[in-house]
Amino acid sequence: MTLAVSILPEQQLAALNAAYREAVSRRRLRLLLGAAIFAAALVLAAIGAEVNLRTLFTYFGNFVSYFDRILTLDGGQRVWTDVGEWLWGWRKWLKMLGETLLISYVGTLIGATFAFALNFFAAENTSPAPWLRFLVRRLLEFARTVPGIVFALVFVIAFGLGPMAGVLAIAIHSTGALGKLFSEIVENADMKPVEGIRSTGASWLSCMRFAILPQVTAGYASYALLRFEINVREASVMGFVGAGGIGQELVVAIRKFYYSDVSAILLTIIVTVFIIDISTGWLRGRLFGKEART
Amino acid sequence: MTKPQQVDTRELRARYPDVFDRPASARLAMPAMIVGASAILVYGLVDLDFSPSRFFAGLSQLGWISLMMIPPDPGSSLPIYLKALGETLSIALLGTTLAALFALPVSLLAARNVVPSNILRFPIRRLLDSIRGVDTLIWALVWINVVGLGPFAGVLAIAVSDFGAFGKLFSEAIEGADQKQVEGIRASGGSPLHEIRFGLLPQVLPVIAGQVLYFIESNTRSATIIGIVGAGGIGLQLAEQIRVLEWQKVSFLILMILVAVAAIDFISGKLRFAIIGRRAAA
Repeated sequence: MTLAVSILPEQQLAALNAAYREAVSRRRLRLLLGAAIFAAALVLAAIGAEVNLRTLFTYFGNFVSYFDRILTLDGGQRVWTDVGEWLWGWRKWLKMLGETLLISYVGTLIGATFAFALNFFAAENTSPAPWLRFLVRRLLEFARTVPGIVFALVFVIAFGLGPMAGVLAIAIHSTGALGKLFSEIVENADMKPVEGIRSTGASWLSCMRFAILPQVTAGYASYALLRFEINVREASVMGFVGAGGIGQELVVAIRKFYYSDVSAILLTIIVTVFIIDISTGWLRGRLFGKEART
Repeated sequence: MTKPQQVDTRELRARYPDVFDRPASARLAMPAMIVGASAILVYGLVDLDFSPSRFFAGLSQLGWISLMMIPPDPGSSLPIYLKALGETLSIALLGTTLAALFALPVSLLAARNVVPSNILRFPIRRLLDSIRGVDTLIWALVWINVVGLGPFAGVLAIAVSDFGAFGKLFSEAIEGADQKQVEGIRASGGSPLHEIRFGLLPQVLPVIAGQVLYFIESNTRSATIIGIVGAGGIGLQLAEQIRVLEWQKVSFLILMILVAVAAIDFISGKLRFAIIGRRAAA
């Protein structure tokens, strides 16, 4: 049998081997160092977060039995044996779910409108003045970084309890998030149509309307739909701080230990989120082709 | 000067029928969609109790609140806030790490190229989907019932909700991996575990590390809000100060959050670049 691989002479091989080992050991050392730093950070974090493994182990049974309890009716049988009893409040819950969907719809639409109005000022290539771009960008950044529920907490005090605070909170957060995404689409747009329109003596506004807008609408709609999907989730917890929607019912059920209600409401939320995810995915696929579905 | 050549519009119309004579359905689609969308909007505004008087009253109230927020001032509770901020960062780091550790083996089971069996993969995927469908705040409420109030509940809430997200993202990364390395290991006589360890993991670990870093970043945001329901961290302080209307402290806390998030963004951006850069060089 002949060997398919030619064997190098001994000393040449030794040199290569040594170099290889050195390279590997250097990489290992770096990896080890990184791992050590990471482990130290974890230990520090564990102390900071008052992690107590004993609590976890003692109470882990609670976690499992919690799911056991929320899946048990007052009568003692499993929830799915008596669906009518389990979903007894479906009329009320469906109404609250409808409210949640409306909150996210109205919030997304208002947010998208503001983002649409602002994003041309924030984009590098279309902004009329650098100071204006700086201002609008910081504004969007602020709206995006402060969590929606913090806005909701403040708005509940300013506008009173109810879905209005939730809508406005979602609208502001969506303005921030969509404004950034929209302006990125504009930055990727082809500038030749703009030059063409401007050479006919058109104003800035007509340049945007006839040169940029036709290129970007599809992207805008796709992102707005995606945002709607995210906002449905967000709206489902707005009720925790009194800003309307199904969260109100859920927090009451959890806090007052209405076990089977918790699972029923969670089920309705999960099913709704599924349906919205699938239908917006389908809509985006239909409207903008497969590549926009990411 | 010669006049521009007269354009025969009739001929143009005849030549480009799909520009000049679009069918009524195509021309009406856009306005119909706009009308429909605004109709739902108006219905929503009415149904959700929007009224101009309420809106403007709230707006002036908001103006007052913003005025009272200036200047941001922590009062005498700065050390408490710093500790709470540390707690928030700890929650984000620990929660994300826990989630990643548990999600890695599960994501292998959810990946098509590792587990070809549909029957096994389908329930795991649906489980991950359901976990993702439930918001972090809801998980926080559930964990508070189990381990009591405090940051530990926050860690577990972040861990569970990220577990769902990671399971999906990791399994997608694994499915996108090149199969040639795996075949190479199998050809040299490796067991299925060897295939995963030496064929798959070296390809997907940099991708996964990048995603984990990105999630630590975004979880810093989530960790700030789970305190609102009582799961520790700076959100707890924030919610309390909002409830007692201490607006100067509120604005200070919001500023702290913004600065912390920006700092974490910066650090993890650098780290991610380092990891991906090393991968590109290798």
